[in-house]
Amino acid sequence: MSDRQNYIEQLRRDFLTTSASGLGMAALSAMLASDGGLSRAHGEEPTNPLSTKTSHFAPTAKNCIFLLQAGAPSQLDLFEPKPKLNALHGKPLPAEMLDKVRFAFIKKDSAVLMGSPRKWSKHGECGMDFSDFLPHLATCADDMLMIRSMHSEQFNHHPGQLLLSCGRATFGLPTMGSWLTYGLGSESQNLPGYVVLTSGRGSSGGTSLWSSGFLPSHYAGVLFRNEGEPVLNLTNPDGMPNELQRRGLDTLKSLNQTHYNRMHDPEIASRIASYELAFRMQSAAPELIDLKSETAGTLDRYGVERAQHPQATGRGNVANAHLSFARNCLLARRMVERGVRFVTIVYEAWDQHSDLEQDLRYNSWVVDQPIAALLKDLKQRGMLDSTLVVWGAEFGRTPLGENRNGREANTGRDHHPFAFSLWMAGGGVRGGQVYGQTDDIGWGITADPVHMNDFHATLLHLFGLDHLQLTHRHQGRDFRLTDVGGKVMHSWLI
Amino acid sequence: MNVQTPWNENQAVRCILWVVLAVAISRAGHSQELPPAVDREVDFVRDVQPILRARCWSCHGAEKQESGLRLDRSEAAFIGGDSGKAILRNESAKSLLIQYVSGLDADHIMPPEGQRLSSEQIGLLRTWIDRGAQWPASGTTEKNSHWAYQPLKHVSPPKPKQHAWVVNPIDNFVLEKLESQGISPSAQADRYTLIRRLSLDLTGLLPTVEQVDAFVNDAQPNAYEAVVDRLLDSPHFGERWGRHWLDMARYADSDGYEKDNPRPDAYRYRDWVIDAINTDMPFDQFTIEQLAGDLLPEATDMQRLATAFHRQTLTNTEGGTDQEQFRVEACFDRTETTGAVWLGLTVGCARCHTHKYDAITQREYYQLFAFFNNGDEQTHVVPKSVEEIESYRVAKAKFDDELAQAKTALTSPDFIEAEMEWENASLEKLNALERIESQRRLLDNPVFHSEDSQLTFKALEDNSFLVSGDKPLTTDYTISGQLKDAQVRVLRLDLLTDSSLPKKGPGRAENGNFVISEVVVESSTSADFSNAQTWEFTAAKADYEQNRFPATKTIDGKVTDGGWAIANETGKPHWLELQLKDPLEFQQPTFVRVRLHQQHGTQHTIGRCKITFQSEMSPEASLPEKIVKLLKAPREQRSESQQQELVEHFAHVYPATQDAAKAIEELKKKEPSKPEVAARVLVQRTKDPRKTLVLRRGEFLEPMPDAEVQPSGFSTLPQLQTRSSVGDRLDLARWLVSKENPLTPRVTVNHVWRLLFGTGIVKTANDFGVRGELPTHPELLDWLAAEFIGFNDGRSSTVTAWSRKSLIKNIVMSATYRQSSAHRNDLMEVDPQNRLLARQNRMRVEGEIVRDISLDVAGLLSRKVGGPSVYPLLPPGIAELSYAGNFKWNLSEGADRYRRGMYTFFKRTAPHPNLITFDCPDANLTCVDRSKSNTPLQALVALNNESFAEAARALAVRALNCDPKLEESERLALAFRWCVARPPTEYEISELENLLKESRQWYESHNEDAKKLMAATKVDGYSPEVVAAWIATARILINLDEFITRE
Repeated sequence: MSDRQNYIEQLRRDFLTTSASGLGMAALSAMLASDGGLSRAHGEEPTNPLSTKTSHFAPTAKNCIFLLQAGAPSQLDLFEPKPKLNALHGKPLPAEMLDKVRFAFIKKDSAVLMGSPRKWSKHGECGMDFSDFLPHLATCADDMLMIRSMHSEQFNHHPGQLLLSCGRATFGLPTMGSWLTYGLGSESQNLPGYVVLTSGRGSSGGTSLWSSGFLPSHYAGVLFRNEGEPVLNLTNPDGMPNELQRRGLDTLKSLNQTHYNRMHDPEIASRIASYELAFRMQSAAPELIDLKSETAGTLDRYGVERAQHPQATGRGNVANAHLSFARNCLLARRMVERGVRFVTIVYEAWDQHSDLEQDLRYNSWVVDQPIAALLKDLKQRGMLDSTLVVWGAEFGRTPLGENRNGREANTGRDHHPFAFSLWMAGGGVRGGQVYGQTDDIGWGITADPVHMNDFHATLLHLFGLDHLQLTHRHQGRDFRLTDVGGKVMHSWLI
Repeated sequence: MNVQTPWNENQAVRCILWVVLAVAISRAGHSQELPPAVDREVDFVRDVQPILRARCWSCHGAEKQESGLRLDRSEAAFIGGDSGKAILRNESAKSLLIQYVSGLDADHIMPPEGQRLSSEQIGLLRTWIDRGAQWPASGTTEKNSHWAYQPLKHVSPPKPKQHAWVVNPIDNFVLEKLESQGISPSAQADRYTLIRRLSLDLTGLLPTVEQVDAFVNDAQPNAYEAVVDRLLDSPHFGERWGRHWLDMARYADSDGYEKDNPRPDAYRYRDWVIDAINTDMPFDQFTIEQLAGDLLPEATDMQRLATAFHRQTLTNTEGGTDQEQFRVEACFDRTETTGAVWLGLTVGCARCHTHKYDAITQREYYQLFAFFNNGDEQTHVVPKSVEEIESYRVAKAKFDDELAQAKTALTSPDFIEAEMEWENASLEKLNALERIESQRRLLDNPVFHSEDSQLTFKALEDNSFLVSGDKPLTTDYTISGQLKDAQVRVLRLDLLTDSSLPKKGPGRAENGNFVISEVVVESSTSADFSNAQTWEFTAAKADYEQNRFPATKTIDGKVTDGGWAIANETGKPHWLELQLKDPLEFQQPTFVRVRLHQQHGTQHTIGRCKITFQSEMSPEASLPEKIVKLLKAPREQRSESQQQELVEHFAHVYPATQDAAKAIEELKKKEPSKPEVAARVLVQRTKDPRKTLVLRRGEFLEPMPDAEVQPSGFSTLPQLQTRSSVGDRLDLARWLVSKENPLTPRVTVNHVWRLLFGTGIVKTANDFGVRGELPTHPELLDWLAAEFIGFNDGRSSTVTAWSRKSLIKNIVMSATYRQSSAHRNDLMEVDPQNRLLARQNRMRVEGEIVRDISLDVAGLLSRKVGGPSVYPLLPPGIAELSYAGNFKWNLSEGADRYRRGMYTFFKRTAPHPNLITFDCPDANLTCVDRSKSNTPLQALVALNNESFAEAARALAVRALNCDPKLEESERLALAFRWCVARPPTEYEISELENLLKESRQWYESHNEDAKKLMAATKVDGYSPEVVAAWIATARILINLDEFITRE
């Protein structure tokens, strides 16, 4: 027997003899489970918060990659051609429509409609519409479910991003990835179950977009970084080589074990296991972000080393976002391969109140190729069936041009929570379909409205979770991702 | 897991249909078809309630509230549901309830299933409504029997058998329960553990080895109590317990939403909390000042400052927000935080509906909300701290003395006389100026003209003209009109500002400048200027001249050779006066044409100008505007400081006092500034007070017009007394801490208990409602609560009413608290969660404390209490996570780098990751119970984070430097004791020695590594490999589970 096996055996004996309650047993049992020693304990409190758990029913999705397009891209210039809107360009919106709505910046009395100068064409066997800004993504049409009838009630960024991430525009709630890891645990023994990647500038929501809210911090998203070490504090201090790190941890383990023998508190065993997992993460995370094992073809398809766009401009153009976004898409695939349950990629680039044309051209270019490459890569590896990819934002943009501050020409669009687009692919979603309808100018929904909470209910359903049953008691109330709404959209499923 | 479906899509659709239907019915006037009202006495309990119970309550009762309607309680029933009021008193035909049960629309009949209501039943309901819908109290609700709402009772401590174990009455309660289960309590923890436990619990810091040894060797019977008293008196006690309170206050240093702007004043409230707790401000006062300090009679600065408790709410400055939305949101937060912190109730659920589990109705929620609805957000200037104000006073007195000394030069009779003369002379000049101003003449019927046809001239009310339209590079303006009965010696141009001009003008160049290259004036008796006379100017004067652009350029006869301009002084009005060689007199109407040449180029043209004529040049007053104003005021009306200002102004121009005046000016620059800060506080709105309406589904845009509520308490609790007809926050605060209110003391002692045992007597510290857990020791909870508020007067001598320190002392003195925290095999089955308290609980210390104690053992920690928040080491890339990277982390230097964690600047959208990793709350909502996780990320922080690496280095240095006589193993043992208080076992010391030895061997053969690990560390007399090995070993010490755990 190796030392490690000896040690595990010893811990197992202690575990079995002294802590039948399993109170707070944390990572220990995960470690044991990985050695085939113990399956998840059943009972009121699972021993390891991140050990894998059984879903309510058979899932189709195992992992999720959430492409959070913060700032809200214009559905009217990317996914939804509106010839009537173009025909009405420069005309005001009927007064009865304006009466009911609030805007962030538009001046109601002088607002006029703004057509889209984009060229549109149909793609795939399903004939899905895409504008000329998304040529790569258009080739994935048959794998995509395009929802045109999303609606929300928040028209400011931060509350809108909270609603999208947490099911309700309130602070202190868990985000989607937290709910999924809470409900299903993590399949990775060496990496966090919920990882966050960012490109470009900081988003309105900041860290509240990957918070675990009232759930324990085990379920919070772990930010992988764009510079330096991939995970905060992953690297030993300078001059502390791995051999010595291991040597120190052995002493630490031994002293903690001695203390455990005195106190018999399972939390100590838990701490020992946490340090061991941290040690494993120290080698697993750098391996994850090291792209050496990827072929030149793969790197090329994602655009990991592509040249900058000749007209790089706009909000997204920060710190080589075109490279980091491409790299993040590829990293997302590598994470899913290694069992990470939920990957969020935040790209805050889409708040085009002005200069929509140039800004949107550039930012669409940034995301188009890498996302298409990700979908195809997943598919080619047979992973798309079980990996749900979601593109979504806090809201869409108005068919009215924005005329804030008496701007002479409308060059942008305002926030529009009443009708916007979101798409999904893989993970048991039936691709090649367009769901929902909006009116001729894209103002309101005319068929099949989908609330954010319906999207959440369906997302959980794909993972085999009943959104009404996945709850957590907090301050006397059973909270859920879908707040007090949500219905599963069965027609979206395979 | 429980399922809760108060609202779903079907209900939403149905709700919309309700609305549609209601409108349709009322418009169609179907009321004639309703069954008639019955003509007899109708009694609610006998006749109406049975119908509601049988046919309505299954969907609109305690369990479910379809469409938000609840018909089993009067408050809720009269509010109505999402469609509006169901019952309109005296108007049964218009009441939705009657219309629905009458089934006028075949698609929407209530009840939706089963038999229809009979005509007789509908008639009963109608008569009941038409006669005022009396809903007698006995029919409203059963008296709520939930334990937490019951009044506090006098409880006598029970008498367990093993009374020898008992130290104080707390133990009686605990021991009796243990005995009833056949369990014996644990032995008292050893003294090392006890002093470390007390130090961490009461101050969040470690005891020194000297303190530990003194206690361990103290044979006095009161040794333990002496330690308790010392710690309660420590200034760090306020930090420790203040931090617990700040969790509940959702304290942070930034706004929260999106831009998340910093709140540099926020710390002042934090310091108030620390101070209030250190001085053991009674909890009732502590409550009243924070909720309503502004409403106290003759409120002090500090009492106003205390209301910052409810200014910790988030602020959204995102563009395009509706401020009313976020004002209402902040009031929701205040309502719900108040409910959670003092009442242990989750009132938030009632924001949208009356819910099945809560004893609190939606109406009651808004009654509580109403207290905050008229709290306006303001700032109030308060001293930065008592100490700083004190030292300011000293410095100010010294300064005042010095100033008075310097001013003696200005008291000589000569000077006083000269000053008087100057005042009089100046006044004369000013009067002349005024006279000239009053006699200024305008052109009659002025006409504006320019060769550039795209220019527009607009005459303004003050008779100036404003130019807009095209912006030519150069231009000339011609202003023509008439003068009659005028004596003219001087032409005056006033160049004026306007918001439409670049930089407000007066010019139209990018920077607001202009250049007048030449002024040419002609006069003629005929309109065609056939006999025109050109005016000859001999002098030019302006209030300001740009370098190389003097006023005289405007009369030098050359249009192209420069001109007058005012760069550096744009954005302000200016004037130019041109004097004629000889005065002109116009008795007959004379045509006058003024040509303003502006040939400089680059759009340096005039934006706004006024032309007047006067009989002489304005006298040279050249006094600052402020001095002019002072001079014009009669002497006897000037205040002393105003007179002083005049005197000092004159002292500058009077030769004999010029030096003294300069000295005074220099001295004044050194005047100490008052150490004050503008704190965010709440202030009661008295002008246009807001009405509070119930908001449908909590939506701020949907107030329910018929549902106005007044500030009031909850029906399940004792009546809230108000001082006037409408209650305010002060009434609320006094109600919360009134002797009749059982919840506040129960909830508060439970919070304290939780912090000293890891779990409360009520485990759900944030939920004392019907869904919360029952207390494990209800009598103990009530006894403690009664002690806390002084309700047990005379029965116990240990307590001061509402004293936090007394309460804490009472608990930590108990034998229950002093038990060992070791887990016991015999308890595994019977009490796995230790709810019966047969031992203490082990607790990992909080995130701030993890770092505090690491810095402490390293000898780095600054023990300064209070002051502005600080910026310790932060990994790169964190501040950038905030919106648009708008946040800069200005790394603190010196001792501020090592302040306690509670002083770290807390940016809500990008908080310090070390804090968050160790479960510090995010400060967005009140947090009454921190979670404590145990994750690999925590291991990475304590092993690798630079703050901790720094602590490991400093700990190694401290160990190596401490006492030259120590052997290596003694040295190790001492460092071990710094960390965990107790001496190590032989095994532990040998493990550490082995690590030290092997580390040294490694570094002997890897010298480069040793240097890297040491960074800038140097210890005299030790080789790098020894120092590095010690650092590697110290690093393990501060990662021990025992180190970061309060045993």
